[in-house]
Amino acid sequence: MVDDLVISKQSKGLTIIDQVNSHNANVFIGKLGDILFKAVDKPLGMALNWGRLWSLWPVHIETACCSVEFGAASGPRYDVERFGIIEAFGSLRQCDLVVVQGTITRKMAPRLRLVYDQMPEPKYVIAMGACAITGGLYFDSYNVLPGIDGILPVDVYVPGCPPRPETLIQGCMLLQEKIKRMKPR
Amino acid sequence: MSSTDSTEIAKTDDSSLASDLDKSLSDSISKKFSNVEIAYVKPDRIRVNVKKEEIIDVASFIRDELNFDHAESVSGVDYPEDKQIEVVYHLGSYTDASLDKKILALATRTPREDNPRPGNDSTKLPSLRDVFPSVSFHERECFEMLGVYFVGHPDNRRLLLPEDWADIPPLRKDFRIKGR
Amino acid sequence: MSNQVHPKDKEILPGLQIEKVDDRIMTLNVGPQHPGSGHMRIILKIDGDYIVHTDPDPGYVHRGEEKMAEYRNYITNIPHLERPVIHDSCNILYPYCLGVEELLGLEVPERAKYLRVIAAELNRCVYIEYWLAIYGIFLGHSTMFMWPMGDRELCIDLLDKMTGARVTHAYFVPGGVRNDIPPNFEDVCLRQINYFEKRLKEYADIFYDNPILISRTKDTGILSREDAIKLGTTGSVLRASGVDFDIRKKEPYDVYEELDFQTNVLKEGDSYARSKIPWLDMFESCRIIRDALKKMPKSGSVRVKLKPKPKGGDTEVYRRVESGRGSLGMHIVSRGLPQPYRLKISVPSFRNLIAMPHLLTGEKLGNMPAVYWSLNYWPVEADR
Ligand code: SF4
Repeated sequence: MVDDLVISKQSKGLTIIDQVNSHNANVFIGKLGDILFKAVDKPLGMALNWGRLWSLWPVHIETACCSVEFGAASGPRYDVERFGIIEAFGSLRQCDLVVVQGTITRKMAPRLRLVYDQMPEPKYVIAMGACAITGGLYFDSYNVLPGIDGILPVDVYVPGCPPRPETLIQGCMLLQEKIKRMKPR
Repeated sequence: MSSTDSTEIAKTDDSSLASDLDKSLSDSISKKFSNVEIAYVKPDRIRVNVKKEEIIDVASFIRDELNFDHAESVSGVDYPEDKQIEVVYHLGSYTDASLDKKILALATRTPREDNPRPGNDSTKLPSLRDVFPSVSFHERECFEMLGVYFVGHPDNRRLLLPEDWADIPPLRKDFRIKGR
Repeated sequence: MSNQVHPKDKEILPGLQIEKVDDRIMTLNVGPQHPGSGHMRIILKIDGDYIVHTDPDPGYVHRGEEKMAEYRNYITNIPHLERPVIHDSCNILYPYCLGVEELLGLEVPERAKYLRVIAAELNRCVYIEYWLAIYGIFLGHSTMFMWPMGDRELCIDLLDKMTGARVTHAYFVPGGVRNDIPPNFEDVCLRQINYFEKRLKEYADIFYDNPILISRTKDTGILSREDAIKLGTTGSVLRASGVDFDIRKKEPYDVYEELDFQTNVLKEGDSYARSKIPWLDMFESCRIIRDALKKMPKSGSVRVKLKPKPKGGDTEVYRRVESGRGSLGMHIVSRGLPQPYRLKISVPSFRNLIAMPHLLTGEKLGNMPAVYWSLNYWPVEADR
């Protein structure tokens, strides 16, 4: 689509805007992102990453007791907002970070995957707490998954039961470090 | 200071410590229902074992005459060697000030099958929901955790376990957790 | 049609029946990914703006604590038993320790009893502040999120000094408490508690006397006294409906008899009353802590030494305490083994859950968060 537009522009001497009509407008807007990436990948990639890493919005899905410390981390003493991570957010369509806050039970696992699938790219996952990493204390429970690696690709593991808010913040900063070094796509 | 032989201490009979009120409560039950067995009377804790056919009558009597008005908890205990499952209702009272401290445990037993098919086998009990509305969620929990079907409960649905749970009820003793 | 019950379904799995519904009624799933639901799903059927049917669907954090307890001995059970409410961990271990002590016939030293009361009351404050913060954010009051979250750290600091951990203390053990308090703790505690109480008074200006809060919570979700008793609710829900029932007064455990405090009872039974009771409770907690610090023996042992793997007799116990949410009971069946034969945790959240369908049905959808969170419900605990 993008290539089509570019070629036709050259051959017929029309601008892109001329080709937009009510039928293809939506597709065009959807592809705008691709065009932008192609145009700015090299020179502005750093800027894209920079924008992403200071506006990580976690999705509001609490899965177990680690959410207490997640709440404390957004409280006034620890205040994760100064690192560009706002307190858990309602709409998952606008989020780009899943903080898995603890135990994933067999009932929650499909829901968690559903939430992850509905989020727009790019998206990152932080596994918070021993339970999310290996099952933790509940390694022998009949209803708990031994870690979330089986259902989500994890970027950063934050150990602890529960991790102190400082540890969570450190995990978030590690994620930012990782994003900084990624290719911006 | 170590507790010497703990088993010995626990076995001592503390019915002597129980107050007169405790005794009169248990007496009034045993006077009314001859088949009822008073398992123990400890200070503030009474336990009554009843047959499952009688449980609704006994529960109604406890509610109407003895003023116990709500259930604190409903716990199911599995006894594979007796081939029975026991359900214990812990009843308490908010309205009667003299019963504030008392917990009356009303226990009953139902046969247990080795291959459970929850809801379709003989593991059934009459529901106490009409007598004590507060047991409603507890009985739902008991149904899925031990497979005891409560006859007369309008809402015997799954509560805590995942929708696709296909194993035997997890709190039965023959459900072993992996690696143990 | 998917609305009909397949005859086979009914036979095989009585838990999986599908209900028939009317066309004009819409089904709305609130949660588990929803800011106003916590770790659970509430299935609402709404007609226009009114809720006509409520079906809570908990179990998203069901971790099988009761089964796990059957595989661990009385001491190794401690850490995982406090996980259901990590921000009220002392209070959930309290009935367990009382029960095991009764089972093993242990006598707790006097100083340990006072330390337990102090830790339990501090933990109650930690729990209620968290609850209040979430209630604030549910009602769109961000300041009420920040204030309690900040003040909560005062109590967490004290508990940190006492026990060495921020939230998961594992401080209570059968036979006493794990360790003694550091020197100088009393003075620090007194100072922090006085400041904490001063802060609590300021909540009235911003939250409890706020006309917006009052108009959102007054006269919503009214639970009458009779219904509260019949449904077997407990804790703040019960006391907001005019029933004076607090285990600390009615069945005093440890040293609560000797301490000076009162219980808070309100008559209205609406969301406002239910949200106010825990706040009033915190003042009482401060009072208890001050009194306990004064009456506590200044030295002495804090713990009875146990044999490794102690065994209980062939008996059962049921003990209950007043936690941040209400009466929390544990039923321990022992059969002479080092581990419990059966451990049933009767949690207040689960007991209050039954009031939710009762209260939400007939309310407007917009009142759902205000009513739901006023039930003092912590989903992780209810699921166990
Ligand atoms: S890691 Fe610990 S605190 Fe976190 S969810 Fe697991 S048990 Fe709870």
